[in-house]
Amino acid sequence: MGDTDESRKCNRTAFVTVGTTSFDTLVRAVDSQEVKEELSKRGYTHLLIQMGRGSYIPQKSTGEDGSLTVDCFTFSSSIAENLRSASLVISHAGSGSIFETLRLGKPLIVVVNEDLMDNHQSELAEELADRTHLFCARPQTLYQVIAAMSLESLIPYPPGAASPVAKRINRFLGFPDD
Amino acid sequence: MEIGKSCCFSNLTSNVSTLLITITITLVVIRFLYVMYWCGKPLRTSLQPISTLIVLGSGGHTAEMLNLLSVLQTDRFTPRFYIAAATDNMSLQKAQVFENSLVNEAGGKVVELAQFMQIYRSREVGQSYLTSVVTTLVAMAHALGLMMKIRPQVILCNGPGTCIPLCVIAFFFKVLGIRWSSIFYVESIARVRRLSLSGLLLYKLRMADQLFVQWPQLQSKYPRAHYVGRLM
Repeated sequence: MGDTDESRKCNRTAFVTVGTTSFDTLVRAVDSQEVKEELSKRGYTHLLIQMGRGSYIPQKSTGEDGSLTVDCFTFSSSIAENLRSASLVISHAGSGSIFETLRLGKPLIVVVNEDLMDNHQSELAEELADRTHLFCARPQTLYQVIAAMSLESLIPYPPGAASPVAKRINRFLGFPDD
Repeated sequence: MEIGKSCCFSNLTSNVSTLLITITITLVVIRFLYVMYWCGKPLRTSLQPISTLIVLGSGGHTAEMLNLLSVLQTDRFTPRFYIAAATDNMSLQKAQVFENSLVNEAGGKVVELAQFMQIYRSREVGQSYLTSVVTTLVAMAHALGLMMKIRPQVILCNGPGTCIPLCVIAFFFKVLGIRWSSIFYVESIARVRRLSLSGLLLYKLRMADQLFVQWPQLQSKYPRAHYVGRLM
């Protein structure tokens, strides 16, 4: 019991999520030697990859030789659980993943998919990076971002509220304010 | 003499028909302008519950919409009709979970106030603009059937393309006097610098009675939009 607690304390997992689609360039990037080395240097012991519909399958590793333990899966109904137990989240730029991670207060690197036709997703990631709620990277710059990031500088994300919209809708329709 | 008479008569009928056509066009234009003038004007005090159509996008869009619904007084927005794209299995499930939570809050009193429907999508993510025209027409026909059935007084939408056919039909319902509806569009939080295609269409065509944006940069670029801060 004490043993597992001990090992869990030492476990620092970097969790990678690509959401419901595929993002092979990201999976390939995190599977690269450069990124794995930087993650090890920063003290991460495990790399868990949710690869979605992607066709590139990363090299699994048990980490017995002292290197990073690497594991992957396609989809899971309990992504929330993976996010909660992660020490670092590396995510695609979908707003669902971004806000779920920020709400949990986990350090987050958002990797923008430059292959998408209508690439509006970078807008949100860049805006939130400007406000230092997260780090923003491209697949080819991921290892540099990991090497340079300072987790202490991140500002917790203040959750938004839907009540101002609701108020305006009610006013417009002539419902009384309560 | 006979020929002259019929000639006069045909002249007269052509004059009359030209006049009728002109009058009809003028009336239609006046009605159009009248509707456009009243779009975006607040309604007078309403105390009756109003039928509400909620268009669910997918993923992040649905999450934002459910966030909004959770703070709306659901007894005012009743009955509720949920529409999601036929390719999207998750959104209606999430809406169902939300509706069930309302029933539980009300002390287990089961009242059927919500209906769930699917619609063909006018544009898939990444689809080219050219083929979008064809798929939009198919989606339009389907949307018309649904709208005839629902005839909502309020439409809540936040993109992507699924909501466009519904909003266009709602606008023509206004012109034809079938149903007056108020359209609210909340631009997604993912749009920081530019409106989405759906948002831009509704903004430019002045089809949304109120268009909300979540970032101040967008409001300065589109002054008729209302800045409401972040929903998420």
